[in-house]
Amino acid sequence: MSHDEPFHHTLTIRKDLCQGCTHCMKRCPTEAIRIIGGKAHVDPERCIDCGQCMGVCPHNAIVIEQSDFQQIFQFQYRIAIIPTLLIGQFEDSITELEMIDALHAIGFTHIHYAEFGVDILKTLGNKISVYADAHPVVSSYCPAVVRLIQLRYPSLLPNVNLMRTPAQIAALYARVKLIDQGIPSQEIGVFYVTPCAAKYAQIMTPGSATSGLIQGGLNLDSVFNLMQSYFAQRPRHYKVSPTKWEIPIITGPAFLWSLTKGESAMMQGRTLSIDEVHNVIEFLELVEDERHENLDFLELRACDTGCTGGVLTPRNRFLATERIKHHAATLPKILDETHRAQILALSDKLIHNLKIDRIVAKHSLQLDQDVTVAIKKLEQVKRITAALPGIDCGLCGSPTCRALAEDIARGNASIRRCVVLKVTDPKGLNHLAKIWGEAVQKEARIPIEQQPTPEV
Amino acid sequence: MHISYQVQAGDFSNAGNVSSNIKKILKQLNFHPSLIKRIIIALYEAEVNVVAHSYGGEVVCNIAPDTVIIVVTDTGPGIPDLSLAMTEGWSTATAEVREMGFGAGMGLANIRKNADELTIDTGANQPTSITMHFSVSTEVKNEP
Ligand SMILES: Nc1ncnc2c1ncn2[C@@H]1O[C@H](COP(=O)(O)OP(=O)(O)O)[C@@H](O)[C@H]1O
Ligand code: SF4
Ligand SMILES: [Mg+2]
Repeated sequence: MSHDEPFHHTLTIRKDLCQGCTHCMKRCPTEAIRIIGGKAHVDPERCIDCGQCMGVCPHNAIVIEQSDFQQIFQFQYRIAIIPTLLIGQFEDSITELEMIDALHAIGFTHIHYAEFGVDILKTLGNKISVYADAHPVVSSYCPAVVRLIQLRYPSLLPNVNLMRTPAQIAALYARVKLIDQGIPSQEIGVFYVTPCAAKYAQIMTPGSATSGLIQGGLNLDSVFNLMQSYFAQRPRHYKVSPTKWEIPIITGPAFLWSLTKGESAMMQGRTLSIDEVHNVIEFLELVEDERHENLDFLELRACDTGCTGGVLTPRNRFLATERIKHHAATLPKILDETHRAQILALSDKLIHNLKIDRIVAKHSLQLDQDVTVAIKKLEQVKRITAALPGIDCGLCGSPTCRALAEDIARGNASIRRCVVLKVTDPKGLNHLAKIWGEAVQKEARIPIEQQPTPEV
Repeated sequence: MHISYQVQAGDFSNAGNVSSNIKKILKQLNFHPSLIKRIIIALYEAEVNVVAHSYGGEVVCNIAPDTVIIVVTDTGPGIPDLSLAMTEGWSTATAEVREMGFGAGMGLANIRKNADELTIDTGANQPTSITMHFSVSTEVKNEP
């Protein structure tokens, strides 16, 4: 993500299931979806992989690319980096020890909490340090938010924290620790269990912040299913011996990091936490205009309640959040001396790798690269918008009348798509179509997601 | 391209709407982010001044590929001593206006800082007209 590579996207529309119902199109915060020929299409230039569309699709027609779980077995040492929210996916009857037991049973040799990275960072620097060129510092934790800023708020890129995220630091530590024990790096595979499309997309984007640290992303729902089948197949009254596995270490405050207010609670100064992508957009507009005062740190998350609201989390986000908080209360507040010493012993291998490269802008909003052409197109948009009914019914396949006007000006659609004008003023419609582009219907201009979906 | 908006006196809850609209437009036109930022900071201050200190007015925005010219006019009562008003921290804002978060006396100074050219036409018991020029080439020159 730090280099100017095209984004890798993970959301695919299944044309066999899509009914063209417009739910996803209306929900998409970046207006990336159009319904063409009765099927939804995603514009890869605008999609930020927030997963909102997937959450609202009533036909389960939006799917996330799956990576093959068997890939972990290419490595002799198979490290799972799990988000703490994993425990929130289970009811209390599944203990932390049983969760760890199941992760080993499905194939992992080592398990770390992603948010343990917070404890590592704190141990190395005595506080959670941030690294950005402008104030207020914006969290880089949620990759959907970072993509949003790259596309729509490029002037805020200097505000984005360039410190690695906890999961990246935990992944780095897990690897360095094994290498320190004499294990060759190529025998170590680090896999992140992802609650969302955005994190998966980040792992799959070449040159992204996770490159080299994390070998693959595993979708949380499929890992959850594997764990559930393990639980289902265990003999009745099966008990895991308390000494069978080491419970991954983490402190209580770090355990809460991915929840709303979890990160900001550990930051210095005046902080603000905003969750859900439409709320985030509303607020970024303010930040961009510098119409906020005295804020030092902004925690921004694409999902409601934070990562417990991720699209791949099977359990209700409020129940999951409650269990995570309940569990965090049982954990130590600060890291014990033994673990601190372990981290500090590796500090020279960690500290030079804690920052990511500067993040570059991606342009998606402009009508044309050339300002002169863009101005012409915008004038056209104004005229077309005035001619459209303005009821934003979405039946044309664009989310609003204004969006259709922009699609027409961009040469991606014809005004003939307007169903209302077709009924109320068919003659006028003919006339307008002649002015603004006769039945362009350049469906192919909006690139269609063609990512094959590998079977699991 | 030419766009205009009305600004109501005393309508603090909507102060900033014109700037937000113009910002969206400028982004679609692919202007440099720092140029957009300058324009919006200056325009916002001028817009708030119409809301806070005048009887109401309008914002007229002319966008060309190389310059953006914004004229903010109102119907009075005007600024009797302009050079005093331009002083940083000088304000006639009432206590209520300050409580709403406006009236720090930095508006006109910020407009001067951000516009490439600024003309203010005003006087006691006169309308005020503020013309701000923003030149695209300023950003190009400042590129590293
Ligand atoms: N459009 C206007 N009409 C009348 N007076 C104005 C106008 N704009 C600014 N002023 C006067 O100039 C002063 C300074 O303006 P400004 O620097 O924006 O500070 P502030 O708005 O915070 O008071 C205002 O307090 C007001 O007396
Ligand atoms: S809030 Fe968390 S789960 Fe949601 S998109 Fe961002 S990183 Fe993923
Ligand atoms: Mg002012």
